Amino acid sequence: MDIATFFQQMANAMSLGSLYALIAIGYTMVYGILRLINFAHGDVFMLGAYFAFYAVTALAMPWGIAFIVAIGLTGLFGMGLERAAYRPLRDSPKISIMISAIGASFLIENVGVVLFGGRPKSFPSIPLFDTVIHFGSVSVLSVSLFIPVVTLIILAALLWIVNGTRTGLAMRAVSTDLDAARLMAIDVNKTISLTFGISSVLAGIGGIMRTMKYPQLNPLMGFMPGLKCFIAAVIGGIGNIQGAVLGGFLLGFIEIMIVAFLPELTGYRDAFAFVLLIAVLLAKPSGLLGKNQTVKV
Amino acid sequence: MKRNTILSIAASLVILTAVTLADATLGRFTIRILNLSAIYIILALSLNLLNGFTGLFSLGHAGFMAVGAYVSALLTMSPAQKEMNFFLEPIVPFLANVQLPFPIALIAAGTCAGIVAVVIGVPALRLRDDYLAIATLGFAEIIRVILTNTQNITNGAQGLKGITKYSTTWVVWSCAILAIVFMLALVRSSYGRTMKAVRDDEIAAEAMGVNIVKVKSTSFVISSFMAGVGGALLGHMITTIDPKMFTLILTFNILLIVVLGGNGSITGSVLGAIIVTVLMEALRFLDMPMNFLFFKTDGLPGLRMVIFSILLMIVVLYRQRGLMGNKEFSWDGAFSLLGRKRRSGKGGRP
Repeated sequence: MDIATFFQQMANAMSLGSLYALIAIGYTMVYGILRLINFAHGDVFMLGAYFAFYAVTALAMPWGIAFIVAIGLTGLFGMGLERAAYRPLRDSPKISIMISAIGASFLIENVGVVLFGGRPKSFPSIPLFDTVIHFGSVSVLSVSLFIPVVTLIILAALLWIVNGTRTGLAMRAVSTDLDAARLMAIDVNKTISLTFGISSVLAGIGGIMRTMKYPQLNPLMGFMPGLKCFIAAVIGGIGNIQGAVLGGFLLGFIEIMIVAFLPELTGYRDAFAFVLLIAVLLAKPSGLLGKNQTVKV
Repeated sequence: MKRNTILSIAASLVILTAVTLADATLGRFTIRILNLSAIYIILALSLNLLNGFTGLFSLGHAGFMAVGAYVSALLTMSPAQKEMNFFLEPIVPFLANVQLPFPIALIAAGTCAGIVAVVIGVPALRLRDDYLAIATLGFAEIIRVILTNTQNITNGAQGLKGITKYSTTWVVWSCAILAIVFMLALVRSSYGRTMKAVRDDEIAAEAMGVNIVKVKSTSFVISSFMAGVGGALLGHMITTIDPKMFTLILTFNILLIVVLGGNGSITGSVLGAIIVTVLMEALRFLDMPMNFLFFKTDGLPGLRMVIFSILLMIVVLYRQRGLMGNKEFSWDGAFSLLGRKRRSGKGGRP
């Protein structure tokens, strides 16, 4: 392996890692506030990509506006999902909520298959993202540079929202103790709804950026990334935004590097994440940056 | 012998005779649904043992089914069949000439699934709730990836074709009845009660001296054994298997049955399995092109699954207890119901 290939792979790993990080943040925020694995998050990611696709092709919007519309719609969809599938079960046993989440995920996927068709669609190319940039002998797609930059900007904005605004304070309060937060006159439902909105917006951005990089859409494309990003969130320490970013990058790097250095293991690519998950859960169940929690009786 | 035992044995015999008669008289399509119901009964019971009775939320069922299906298929295939299947890469020598009778292969399938469950259970069962769900889902995916990549053992993505059709109506329904009887005995035993104790309150159970790790792993292994047998029967029924069959969608179908029937009810799982299997086939027309009065739709593949997802959502949101809750059918209950009707009937007459 020469140095050029190495940098090539590094660029790939950076953009894949940023994508994972972006979606993992969504999982971690929802988990942090509701202790719920939002199984449908990967499908919200898929919807974001499809919204953008239809806005560009069917509605012939310029891509900038189309992306904003798609991201907004995805955010609204996430809030609607919470309202319909999770809020009625807020006080139910955990297993019921999880089954509801799995059901919602399958419903979105299957409705996707019916509405969008099972055949993959290809996204029209956008020159800004499609140009190949050369650095000496290393050549990368411009979108691979955009993705990490966008992720970092979003991360900064998010950390400001969570740590610097009153809304963020409410989110942290609900996540620490839902009932106590309600007693402190925090509108819990609104806060949770907003959290879903933000996490879905992130999923929408992730979905659009992924289609810029791999311009193929199909209704089941959210499933695997969804699982992997949840794993990334768990590895980093679920409930912790920096942890999710760390986990996302770690997963992206390991996946790309193992495939690059040990090509005979390429067939096992999808299993790496799970092996890593199990290893982390056994060694440090609360994740790399998570705090240990004891169960109170 | 008590009256209820006699009644149960009689009912089992009646069911077996009925399905044997059905096998002789009905068409192939109907028999297929009938047999599929029996297999789903076994699978639903095995998931219910974990999910409903021990409170372990596992999403890895498809993985254990895959193990069972592959083991049984590879053990029963004739050497000539294997040679035909493995055209990309020859099969490993130690499997090439093995051919065992079906019952032994079926037990081996369950045992292998059980062994895999022991290996998985040691790390996974230390986790709780949603972590356990994700870990088991992860293990099932790992099993599937391994099956896809071990070309000289499982024939990889091409799968196995021409598996002998051993899953006759009689075989699958005998297995299903066996599974029901076994589950009833298990749940009523002291072991079953410790399982329920672990489900209801782990910490309290531990304080009462229940060995939680042992109870959980036993339940996990038994459930996987049943899933392995169910997977093997499924493989011998549709006669072709490949790794793509055993995805989360399969686990989802079984979960749908368990939730619909009632988490923690054997009767519920049995009813749920039959209802879902029949509906799955009956609603197949939804995927076909349709002709309404004013407009015509092209085939909408996937509409059937939409209906099922909505069904699951409705049950979870509005009737969490499912059809049966955690109640069971019992002869005493049935008689008292009949008696009440008769009495009220009498009372109504002048």
